[in-house]
Amino acid sequence: MSFNIENYFADQMNGNVILYYKGNIDSVIINHVLDTVEDKMIEVNEQSKLRKKVYNVLVESLQNLYHHVDRVPVDFEDQSSEKFGLLAVLKVAGGYKIITGNFVHADNIERLEEKIKRINRSSQEEIKELYKFILNHQRISAKGGGGLGLVDIARKTGNKLDYTFKVYNEKYSFFYLNILVTEENDTL
Amino acid sequence: MEPIIIEGTPKTPSIHFSSKEGVFEIKGRSIPENSVEFYKPLVDWLEGYKDTPLPKTIVNIKLEYFNTSSSKCILDVFKKLEAIHKAKNEVEVNWYYEEDDEDMLEAGEDYESIIRVPFRMIEIVD
Repeated sequence: MSFNIENYFADQMNGNVILYYKGNIDSVIINHVLDTVEDKMIEVNEQSKLRKKVYNVLVESLQNLYHHVDRVPVDFEDQSSEKFGLLAVLKVAGGYKIITGNFVHADNIERLEEKIKRINRSSQEEIKELYKFILNHQRISAKGGGGLGLVDIARKTGNKLDYTFKVYNEKYSFFYLNILVTEENDTL
Repeated sequence: MEPIIIEGTPKTPSIHFSSKEGVFEIKGRSIPENSVEFYKPLVDWLEGYKDTPLPKTIVNIKLEYFNTSSSKCILDVFKKLEAIHKAKNEVEVNWYYEEDDEDMLEAGEDYESIIRVPFRMIEIVD
């Protein structure tokens, strides 16, 4: 049976919510989200180091959705969004949380999870080398992604990628990525 | 060759490539969804410049942000410069980063380790 994809978000909203968005991830929305979050960080005089990290990670998270999301299941309430995603940005102690959610077709789950596991078992130094290797050897895909987004997020945050797949139906799961960005990235 | 001069936008950097002066500058934010579309004309232009470069080419990279999709395109730009350097022309890359921006410094060092062209890391102090 399908479930309410927003419940996970509701459970995670234990901070100061700066932004919550549900719907089509297009270029206009990406601009809007980036501007909103950047303005908010400037407004509260966030240190430029943290501000830049959050901005960078937010760009990659949004563009990961833009380039990689699968089409929504046929019984899903929103059929008009070509690239459906959920996004929340929260202020938490010591930094910011960026949570994204999107449908992943069953055929693509294994590949995505393998990629994340590879990143999560790597040291910060190995992630740096992996980044350079992909940068130098992999071409930009037909979808327009460079295959570097998740590696870059792990590198810049210094944290493991915290993720969950929730089965939506036999063909789809919903993928949540819960990213913590703090100023210091020496936790790995 | 006609220079390439492009105004910056919130998602794409300003470009100033002058074959007459041999000075190329990329400045600002490079975070477009489709970075190939933006960078391909630059890479093509460098392919032309490669045939008759000046004895010395200076490249100034002053990026505030760039996304991973731009990072591959920027590598393509550097590969053209590497070819110019390999053909016994002087090429120098000045990689600017703001004083607290270690991520941007590391990004410059990534390129420095991949591309065989002299890099200078220049800290911008407010």
